[in-house]
Amino acid sequence: MILHELMSYELLRLIWWVLLGVLLIGFALTDGFDMGVGALLPFVAGSDVERRVVINTVGPVWEGNQVWFILGGGAIFAAWPPLYAVSFSGFYLAMFLVLAALIVRPVAFKYRSKREGAAWRARWDWALFVSGAAPALLFGVAVGNVMQGAPFRLTDDLHSIYEGGALWKLLALLDPFSLLAGAVSLALLTMHGAAWLTLKLEDGAVRDRARAYGSTAALVAVGGYLLAGLWLAIGIDGYRLVGAVVTDGPSNPLHSEVARGASWLVAYAERPWIAVAPAMGVAGALLTFRGLRAGREVTTLLASKMAILGVIASVGLTMFPFILPSSIDPRSSLTVWDSSSSHLTLFVMLVSTAIFLPLILLYTAWVYRVLWGKVTERDVVDNGHALY
Amino acid sequence: MEIGIVELSRLQFAMTAMYHFLFVPLTLGLSIIVAIMETVYVMTGRPIWRQMTKFWGTLFGINFVLGVATGITMEFQFGMNWSYYSHYVGDIFGAPLAIEGLMAFFLEATFVGLFFFGWDKLSKVQHLVVAWLVAIGSNFSALWILIANGWMQNPVGAEFNPMTMRMEMTSFFEVMFNEVAQAKFVHTVSAGYVTAAVFVLGVSAWYLLQNRHVDLARRSIAVAASFGLASALSVVVLGDESGYSATHSQKMKLAAIEAMWETEPAPAPFTVFGFPDQAARETHYAVHIPFAMGLIGTRSLDTQIPGIAELVAQAGDRIRSGLVAYDALMDVRALREATPAETRATFDAHAGDLGFAFLLKKYVDDPRDATEAQIALAAGDTVPTVWPLFWAFRVMVALGFAFIATMAYFFWRASFCGMRFPRPALWLAVAMIPAPWIAAEMGWFVAEFGRQPWTVDGVLPTAMSVSHLSVTELALTLAGFVAFYTVLFVIEMALMLKFIRKGPYLDVAETESWRAARRDRLAPSAIATPAE
Repeated sequence: MILHELMSYELLRLIWWVLLGVLLIGFALTDGFDMGVGALLPFVAGSDVERRVVINTVGPVWEGNQVWFILGGGAIFAAWPPLYAVSFSGFYLAMFLVLAALIVRPVAFKYRSKREGAAWRARWDWALFVSGAAPALLFGVAVGNVMQGAPFRLTDDLHSIYEGGALWKLLALLDPFSLLAGAVSLALLTMHGAAWLTLKLEDGAVRDRARAYGSTAALVAVGGYLLAGLWLAIGIDGYRLVGAVVTDGPSNPLHSEVARGASWLVAYAERPWIAVAPAMGVAGALLTFRGLRAGREVTTLLASKMAILGVIASVGLTMFPFILPSSIDPRSSLTVWDSSSSHLTLFVMLVSTAIFLPLILLYTAWVYRVLWGKVTERDVVDNGHALY
Repeated sequence: MEIGIVELSRLQFAMTAMYHFLFVPLTLGLSIIVAIMETVYVMTGRPIWRQMTKFWGTLFGINFVLGVATGITMEFQFGMNWSYYSHYVGDIFGAPLAIEGLMAFFLEATFVGLFFFGWDKLSKVQHLVVAWLVAIGSNFSALWILIANGWMQNPVGAEFNPMTMRMEMTSFFEVMFNEVAQAKFVHTVSAGYVTAAVFVLGVSAWYLLQNRHVDLARRSIAVAASFGLASALSVVVLGDESGYSATHSQKMKLAAIEAMWETEPAPAPFTVFGFPDQAARETHYAVHIPFAMGLIGTRSLDTQIPGIAELVAQAGDRIRSGLVAYDALMDVRALREATPAETRATFDAHAGDLGFAFLLKKYVDDPRDATEAQIALAAGDTVPTVWPLFWAFRVMVALGFAFIATMAYFFWRASFCGMRFPRPALWLAVAMIPAPWIAAEMGWFVAEFGRQPWTVDGVLPTAMSVSHLSVTELALTLAGFVAFYTVLFVIEMALMLKFIRKGPYLDVAETESWRAARRDRLAPSAIATPAE
């Protein structure tokens, strides 16, 4: 098979780095509002009917949305195996917590309204809240840790070894910068959930509460994001590749030299155009704030999407070509150029993605179109046995 | 490497995988049965078929969600608990998992919401298409997972790259059309269809025994029995195909399943019954069928199937060859591009046995320091524990034939005896409900336990595949999964039973209006000549 040689290894790695971002952003844009709605649930909806209305705004779509996350895991495995191996085993207990949340959430959606009884439903509502808010927070915490570098090193035969005992590894993730990143992430997804509720709910108390919480979250997100940027500028060292950079060599992180020093933000001096991303993040969140205040629907959701896209893209672009730096052994750091799959696998995966991703977007769009429209209390009362 | 880590990781994987597979087979089969029922509804317009679709669809939904939830664990567990495995073969193994997400899981998960919420929003035909897309998505999902698993059993289309210290893909087509994977796929989905057929049959039989929902139950039995009969036959045929492909790809697994200690003259006999004794390397009280094993395994009268003793001797040779590869690998890794051509040639000549040298890591840090005694021990390690395999396999096969008999009987009664079923037969159908799950779990046990001591057959030993974790971490997550999964299982069973007890939601008005319309259409004379 020589077909894959038509595209250079370097280009394929670059494309897969972009696709990694596309999958993460796809996840945050779709499953993000499900999690935001979960996080908002106890605050915006009081009575059982109100809660069912809120849950049913995402009822038919959360299942498909969650696949973005699973696909993200699969794509990292296929396209960036060293990243998959190092990060999943390194952030072990944190991964388990995310996993637990993502297992409980589907079950909570599905089973909550299958039985009457306030206690039964209250327990599942609590599960929906935690399984929405906790991953939203933890994903941000993960990003905060990645930007500072994780404490791992690779042996000569590429076993990855993390430092620290079991609980320390978990608690050490919660440093102040990472917690700030977690707060930004939680605020962004809460804002996104509120924008979704504004679109899907009729005018009323629940929608008003969602708009109020959402607009506050938008401001918190902007403030936190700017603060994190300042922190990066003055308090956190970035990483850079030293010596000749080989972009089409074998995927062995130990073959390159890495130094720690100047701030990540020097990237903005080298590639000024990447400032577009943080600008979109801030502008998107501010527009969402205004949209929520004014009660606008579609444009608010679009603005919220722009904010999330900008923020995630800014992280990737700032760190490029690093994907997961190592704080204790910089040489082990994973970059775009040394932690991908083989040339052939990247090509095969690109072909599959080029075939299926457009199809996915098409039928997902069709499903959203079919489900277009408000979810009302009347729907829930009249059609109770068919809905969540 | 601490030994506890390997055992705990294996235990966790076995537990979560077998738990996941409590839900998958029913999803695979019930999605199709529901789609068949809805097809009949769309073609005939009879409301009863719509009610059947909705009723079995509800049970499908309760089951589906746990299949999805526990499947997420599987996707992440490779990286969490098996990080060296993930690094070592992710280049090949990750691809089918990712394609599964792209091609299959997205399809089923996106449309499953519409299946439940779209009854009023879609036309009849649109809704039917949605139902089929869910079914097709689930089944494609199984295809890619089994391509991934098939590669672990028979690692084709890949070679070791000393620069990256991992296996890399050389041919995607070989990986995709791996004969082991294809046979396993049809065998596994057919087993899922049988599971769903037995489930639908059993629940319907229970309704008939209680004289409830008779219309729905009879029609459901007709669908389940015909679908189930075809599937049960397919399971056994494709199981035989798997056995045939194991003859060339996984000789040790086959010999262990058969407890074939020594190479027998062709065609070898098949041991129906016996008590395998691993220490003495013999099977006590063995009952043989002459020639049967040779015929199943080789489809010929004169090809020998190697026994365990012969395979262990071969493993010893491959370990010695692997040591040559290992020695050359250390040079290649240190010198990289500057490696002399002859060193590289030595490595390439022995690279296929590299995995066998890794078996020695259990005994020495550097395999090159191993003694002959340690090589003999490592060669002995290539034999999995025989008796559980021997018995699990026989339970599975016996159940497989029991399904064929049951389905054939109900098919006959449904087709030629006016859908009348004797009560003992109905009780049998109810009692049989757990059987396909037992068979499916046994099947996975044979496939995975029989692959030991390898995660990837002949390439990577299980003991080397794990992550660098502490016992505390593994114990915490294991306890977490056990607690979590137990609670979910109890809730799931309770909801299943609740909805089975409750029975279908019968829309009486709809049925009556349909009957009225049909009466008019079928008997126009009734209107033309009013009764005096």
